[in-house]
Amino acid sequence: MAKSVEDLPYIPLMSESSAVNKTGVWRVIRPIVNQEECNQCYTCWKFCPDVAIQIDEEGNILIDYDHCKGCGICEAVCPKNCIEMVKEE
Amino acid sequence: MAKLTIPQEELMSSGHIGCLGCGATLAMRYLLKALGKRTMVTIPAGCIAIMSGIYPRSFLKVPLLDVAFETTAASASGIRAALDAKGIKDVYVVGFGGDGGTADIGIQALSGTAERGDNIIYVMYDNEAYMNTGIQRSSATPFGAWTTTTPVGTTGDFKKRPKKNMVEIMVAHDIPYAATASVSYPEDFVKKVQKAKDMDGTKFFHVFSPCPTGWRFSPEMTIQMGVLAYQTTVFPMYEVENGVYRVTKKPAKRKPVTEYLKLQGRFKHLDDETIEIIQKNVDKNWEMLLAKAEFTKKYAE
Repeated sequence: MAKSVEDLPYIPLMSESSAVNKTGVWRVIRPIVNQEECNQCYTCWKFCPDVAIQIDEEGNILIDYDHCKGCGICEAVCPKNCIEMVKEE
Repeated sequence: MAKLTIPQEELMSSGHIGCLGCGATLAMRYLLKALGKRTMVTIPAGCIAIMSGIYPRSFLKVPLLDVAFETTAASASGIRAALDAKGIKDVYVVGFGGDGGTADIGIQALSGTAERGDNIIYVMYDNEAYMNTGIQRSSATPFGAWTTTTPVGTTGDFKKRPKKNMVEIMVAHDIPYAATASVSYPEDFVKKVQKAKDMDGTKFFHVFSPCPTGWRFSPEMTIQMGVLAYQTTVFPMYEVENGVYRVTKKPAKRKPVTEYLKLQGRFKHLDDETIEIIQKNVDKNWEMLLAKAEFTKKYAE
């Protein structure tokens, strides 16, 4: 990050990913996936507006709590109802 | 492991600062999945312009150009001209504007681009008002909606004019491809983009992007809103290829519009009489669309 105006480039260029914004701090309810019941249909992955649901090598659903804002779309679209929204402590 | 129905590669980063349950970011995510890495995006002012957060952050993994409100399509034309001059052929150029930046402020530049037939893809993500600046009415706001500039109050001063039909305006430019899509049906959207991306000329997509903040509904219902808009045919799914209309998805049984309207705070002031007007208008538009599809069928190659 530039320390003063002189350090900034003449032409403003975006050089950093927005992933440094830890939007997970916005969350008031947290999605918890019941991995036993999940049949890996990836409907939640498909509809996550924050790209906060990842698929690991075994095909399991992983939620990125650094960026998940807790909108609850994953819970609403899950056809097996195996995602639960719980209040953050 | 089940098969994924849309490409897995993510070209949009997490950590963007859109609201909870934002539909516009889903539109961007699906679009980039369909186009792949060799894409350049130009965006006007609007919700999508603030998604990156503070300088020097970017929420896309592809080149992103921020331009003035009215110049999205013009800048996309310029990028295409520069790529042509350099002899680069395998890059898709995308203009990605909101409904205000497209239907109101950017329409002149977009009309010019479409008339010149510049080889770009233009996507209008439609959240039906100026959401970024605080829910002001745009020409894509539907009849009957509350916004901060059509505030209802005690006088019942909701928006009295119907939504501007951008697809029709673009079809009138005789472009190769124009279509509607919805964030609730990503497979349909991705399929349409992949079909149109290599056509020569201006391609236009009108993407329905529900906005929990501006429409006054709970953020987890974003996908459900798109589904209901489709099932009630408030927002029908169709494509127009060289003037030939085709309804790409038809609901088995149309639901009454109240099912869509009653879930949104921006329509809560509506009485039965006004809902009747909306229903009649939706019926008329749906029947006209079916008639157009039937009439233009014979011109399909």
